[in-house]
Amino acid sequence: MKKEKKPKKKKQKKAGKRTVSREYSNMMLIFTGLFVLMIGYLVYFQVAKSRETINNTYNARLDTFEKEVVRGKILAQDGQVLAYTKVSEDGTETRYYPFDCTFSHVLGYSDYGKTGIEELGNFQLLTSNAYFVEKFINELREQKNMGDNLVTTLDVDLQTAAHDALGNQKGAVIVMEASTGNVRALVSKPDYDPGLVRSEWSRLATSEDSILLNRALQGLYPPGSTFKTITLLEYLREHQFEADDYSFQCEGKIPMGDSSISCYHGTRHGELDLRLAYAKSCNGAFAEMGQELSEGPYQELAKQLLFDSDLPLSFPYSRSSFRLKESDSEALHMMTAIGQGNTLVTPMHMAMITAAIANNGVLMVPRFLDRTESYTGSTVVERYPFTEYGRLLSTSEAEVLREYMRAVVEDGNAKTLLSDAYTAAGKTGTAEYSSDKSRSHAWFAGYVTGEKPDLVVCVLVESAGSSSEYAVPVAKRVFDAYYAGE
Amino acid sequence: MVNVITELSKYAIVLFLALYTLIGFQLVRKPGEEKRAALRQQDVLLFVMHLLANLILYLNTKNEKILYFCGAQMILFVVFLVLQHLIYPKADHLLNHNMLVLLSVGFLMLARLSFDKAERQFELAVLAAGLTFLVPWIIRRSAGKLRGYYWWYGALGFGLLTAVLIAGSLSFGAKLAITIHGITFQPSEFVKILFVFFSAGMLSKTQDFRRIVTATCAAAAHVLVLVLSRDLGGALIFFVVYLVMLYIASKQPLYFLAGLLSGSAAAFLAWKLFSHVQTRVLAWSDPFSVIDKEGYQITQSLFAIGTGSWFGLGLGQGMPYKIPVVEEDFIFAAIAEEFGLLFAIFLIFVYLCSFYMILNIAMCLKDAYYKLVAAGLGTLVIFQAFLSIGGVIKFIPSTGVTLPFISYGGSSLLSMFAIWAIIQGMYLKRSDEVAGNEKGKETKKEKTEKGRKKNR
Repeated sequence: MKKEKKPKKKKQKKAGKRTVSREYSNMMLIFTGLFVLMIGYLVYFQVAKSRETINNTYNARLDTFEKEVVRGKILAQDGQVLAYTKVSEDGTETRYYPFDCTFSHVLGYSDYGKTGIEELGNFQLLTSNAYFVEKFINELREQKNMGDNLVTTLDVDLQTAAHDALGNQKGAVIVMEASTGNVRALVSKPDYDPGLVRSEWSRLATSEDSILLNRALQGLYPPGSTFKTITLLEYLREHQFEADDYSFQCEGKIPMGDSSISCYHGTRHGELDLRLAYAKSCNGAFAEMGQELSEGPYQELAKQLLFDSDLPLSFPYSRSSFRLKESDSEALHMMTAIGQGNTLVTPMHMAMITAAIANNGVLMVPRFLDRTESYTGSTVVERYPFTEYGRLLSTSEAEVLREYMRAVVEDGNAKTLLSDAYTAAGKTGTAEYSSDKSRSHAWFAGYVTGEKPDLVVCVLVESAGSSSEYAVPVAKRVFDAYYAGE
Repeated sequence: MVNVITELSKYAIVLFLALYTLIGFQLVRKPGEEKRAALRQQDVLLFVMHLLANLILYLNTKNEKILYFCGAQMILFVVFLVLQHLIYPKADHLLNHNMLVLLSVGFLMLARLSFDKAERQFELAVLAAGLTFLVPWIIRRSAGKLRGYYWWYGALGFGLLTAVLIAGSLSFGAKLAITIHGITFQPSEFVKILFVFFSAGMLSKTQDFRRIVTATCAAAAHVLVLVLSRDLGGALIFFVVYLVMLYIASKQPLYFLAGLLSGSAAAFLAWKLFSHVQTRVLAWSDPFSVIDKEGYQITQSLFAIGTGSWFGLGLGQGMPYKIPVVEEDFIFAAIAEEFGLLFAIFLIFVYLCSFYMILNIAMCLKDAYYKLVAAGLGTLVIFQAFLSIGGVIKFIPSTGVTLPFISYGGSSLLSMFAIWAIIQGMYLKRSDEVAGNEKGKETKKEKTEKGRKKNR
């Protein structure tokens, strides 16, 4: 039987040999492809993702790094030391912060949990890229290696100016470069000494003033008149940027349902064009605008400016919110337009919107870290990229808004910012948050142009009073400090 | 000093495994006269690696038991290799080596994580090696006689799976195991093998459409029962193994594509319908948003892999115990953490190398039935490795599958030993086929030799 079959089989074999093994080679190919993809993903993870992934408070492994490495220093952009670890003779390590409270919230602490840059750069600070021979000798002697240094984008002069200007008041100041996203200063008050967190923990954690809360990133406030920039943009969009025939007669207040909205201190602004209505921050004019704006595009614009969205920040932050529906009352429409509705915003978010306006509509991702160096500074381990987040508004829209913001300084509520050294622009805001009208948050969100790169400053002073009295002077001190060196 | 030794040997171990896999791939590609020498080199690398890693583990834990344990493993490895050489001189020793490398890594990792579990795993390995030692001989002698009973295999397998569904105990939300007289075992690990024999029996005879429909329905029934038991990994393995076998038997790429499409549709449906599937997908797509609960395991695994980096933290230096179920489904993360990513990648190559070798064997076999059995088992192993590793590294959603020969677990280990033994039996069959050929056809000798280079 076998012999009879053989010749047949042979023929089949010749014709079919290729097809027989093709299925097998296809399977090898498919599974090889699958595994190549998987290994590729693993390599990609290690190269591109692992750093940010493992730098997580849930990763207990990082704590063991402390047994091998002395935590590196944190430096200001010009190299001044903001934080360092001293090892005493018996081996105990102490973290020192030479500027005490000044940098508290942005540096964070490392002693009792980790926050701020101490958390953000934890992995780098606990990794040693010292010369390998030195590391080898240290291993032999069973001594710790020196962790890498983190060079931040922070500026000691600007931080000090902002910190001092805010004084004893609660609030936040953010200073950043519009074109690079470099954060030059970040203050939140009340603050604390990062070096004393462990010993003062119970006081800090239980304080009614929420000392440990980073107000710049996590504090949510009604935006008040600073929101008029967004209302203005929506109004301009709905009127094809034709503002010539706009006119408003300000009588000091405008009826709203049973009550009324009045301008700050009941000032009568009289006859106003759009530019002056914005510059003088006339509540009546903007409340009236609020009655006619269409909710859909308004909401859309807010979304475009990152309300109710995730922000590109590597620190914990709160999401700003904006809500307006067609079914909402007339009063709410009017209140929303002047930044008093249900809108809430963080100072950092306001700074980012302002930065986008100053940077022709393009938002740069706020950048806190510039580079990692070996502890001697001899080798740069890693430079952190400048990242463009994207376009929040068009170039021409940004340009128009800049003219309006300039008007606030030239003819409006921030005249004190007029200077020969620089050209400042911005928007003031006084946000009421309770029935007590004398207690309101003072806002300023603006920027300065001149010979140096454009610098954005956003100031919030909690329950202080009017913007021009409390927030604008803080911005002025920062601007002055920026141009003082010249 | 210990630090420095640990540090240096880390690189050495990676290098040894790299060389080992390189030789392995060469052995798959051109098994010629130099095969013997290459196998010797693998022997040396295998044992040096094993000794060095155990030494590091001992230095870091100062646990003397490690040394005895290492000795016991060496004895097992040597006895196994010697007996294989004596009784099955024509067996494929590359596959045997690969198995021992995987076992060695598994023992090391387990000894580092939980010495008790490592000891238990070792006992089970000895048992499994003993139980499966005669399998190649049985396959060689009587696989032909046993092939007719494929309906019995299918019925038995299906019955076991159904029993688990009804009476199984719940672990991590899935019904996987049955406990009888205090011994817990996972029937699906063995049903996999039965299923391959069943499908091979169904598909190898004829390929008329009715038969294919019958076989597909039977396979679908298996998969369905597993889905109902919430054993998603098991269901996927059965599905893919069947698909590959169907494609190889029918030579119809269309079947394969249609199967993949309907499988994807079913997966999509499962995701829409079942919350436990959604949970797994969420833990995969955005584990950090649910880091306290569903995402905890996978994020700990990523911390382990990322912190270990290319060369690892060194044996005993990391924190693999932070990962839940690390000894079973997530052992790959522990390996990556302490041995390093490069080592882990070479380990993946060991699986791939075994897969090529098994398909090679399948390809060279003549009998359609044996071909299908070998290809099915090869697919089973490689796809299971893929599911396990892919789930641990967040490449795909985790399906809770063990890593062949490495993960802790008796059923998994025993079934892998059995698969290896069956494939060795197939390999011996192939030698017989070739030998028979030569005897029968003296005149065709030249051509036969050309086609069957592997025959010595």
